[in-house]
Amino acid sequence: MSALLDIKQLSLHTENVRLLYGVDLTIAPGERVGLIGESGSGKSLTAMAATGLLPTNIRASGSITLAGRPVIDASEHQLNLLRGSAAAVVFQEPLTALDPLMRIGRQIAEPLRRRAARDGQRLSGTELDAAVLAMMGDVALPDPERIARAYPHEISGGQRQRVAIAMALACKPSLLIADEPTTALDVTTQAEILCLLDRLVRERNMALLFISHDLPVVAGIVDRVVVLRQGEVVEAGPVHQVFAHPQHAYTQSLVAAAHAFDTALGAAP
Amino acid sequence: MSLLKVDNVTFGYSSGKSVLAGVSLDIGPGDTIGLVGESGSGKSTLLRLLLGLTRPNSGSISFNGTALDPRNAQFMRAYRRQVQIVFQDPYSSLDPRQTVLSIVAEPLRSLKIARDHRQMVMEALVSVGLEPTILGRYPHEFSGGQRQRIAIARAIVAGPSLLLADEAVSALDLSTRIRIVELLKQLSASMTLVFVSHDIGVVAALCEKIVILEQGRIVESGDTKTILANPQHPYTQRLLASVPRMPA
Repeated sequence: MSALLDIKQLSLHTENVRLLYGVDLTIAPGERVGLIGESGSGKSLTAMAATGLLPTNIRASGSITLAGRPVIDASEHQLNLLRGSAAAVVFQEPLTALDPLMRIGRQIAEPLRRRAARDGQRLSGTELDAAVLAMMGDVALPDPERIARAYPHEISGGQRQRVAIAMALACKPSLLIADEPTTALDVTTQAEILCLLDRLVRERNMALLFISHDLPVVAGIVDRVVVLRQGEVVEAGPVHQVFAHPQHAYTQSLVAAAHAFDTALGAAP
Repeated sequence: MSLLKVDNVTFGYSSGKSVLAGVSLDIGPGDTIGLVGESGSGKSTLLRLLLGLTRPNSGSISFNGTALDPRNAQFMRAYRRQVQIVFQDPYSSLDPRQTVLSIVAEPLRSLKIARDHRQMVMEALVSVGLEPTILGRYPHEFSGGQRQRIAIARAIVAGPSLLLADEAVSALDLSTRIRIVELLKQLSASMTLVFVSHDIGVVAALCEKIVILEQGRIVESGDTKTILANPQHPYTQRLLASVPRMPA
């Protein structure tokens, strides 16, 4: 089967700084891939590049194919057709990803309406309201009628991230890109959101690109990992193999650090 | 005798519900104690009370047997010499326009410690694993981990007996985080450490004692290993079950 996302020899640079160098990353339909690295490794830039969201001062070379279409040098119009239906993104900080002046219900309604229009349907007001409530139910938001009328600042961080996930899913993407989606959340909330993402990705047979600096989080949700360091891929492979037998010295140091904290916690409950 | 004693402290901001309710803590000299809680648990408020930045509505906090009183300037000056803090974000906690020497010497100036500042700063830098030759350099020249070492040097330069750390490793990358935890562990051999964090894994790696806060109350406290092996309170159990683990 052909790849859903195929990044080949991607290099990114500004006028005088090299940000990413020779990155290869392939995701097949339904596959779950983790992109791990520390700050400045280029993991978010890779995701931005995949959806054609790079700032204009960054030049890209190499090739990116998303759902069979080239991304580099594509026009905004072509990219807009890909965004949402081919790939949708959930960002780290749900408070900045949501419009603070728009009620939650309307924010979820917008991608639902656009997706329906793209599929050649026009939803009436009541149909759209029902679709919004159904979507909120899918991401297990409690009391959907109340939350639909609320503004982002009136709900909790975990609830905001559920809203962001609902908005991404409303696009019915083939690939969900989640960029540190639980980093800003409390650990008990993180556990709920990871569980939710895992279930939704399976149920809808979506592919997942999960970006994180947190190794145990990645281990629980993906099949394969790619390790980035200072803009270059240092290691890639099945997650259990890479974490059990890291080959590169950098991966070894990350895995050792993660194990140190893990061991301190004692046996898993 | 306890070094720092928190006795049945209650605190609420003017608008209604209490942020801390009936909190008691007994921190002995040499203790390494982790205060763990999620957002809204009251851990930052508790830290503000321990620093004497706010006063409790009821209950008391005492240091070496004397009650903390933010209005008693003389006591507070002596207290500041004994108690120092390291903050979460090494990018915002260091003045970008000051040199390392000036930053680290700040407590010596404000506490009017009349000794050779340069010498004391160099000793503090060495004990946090930095070269004493960096005195004339500025914060932007350093990585996040190095900046946090500079912040720790500033906290220990006046020789405090108690070091407070507020999410001091949370903003750092994993491989840097483990090194700063090792540094704090090493420093905790010669001073008392109160480490506030949402990250129970870091606390487990660093602290002998642990206090679990939930919505302004202490739900469980005691020896870290004992609690991790056999958590009693349902919240502690849920917290531990939520921590993602490395595959076996």
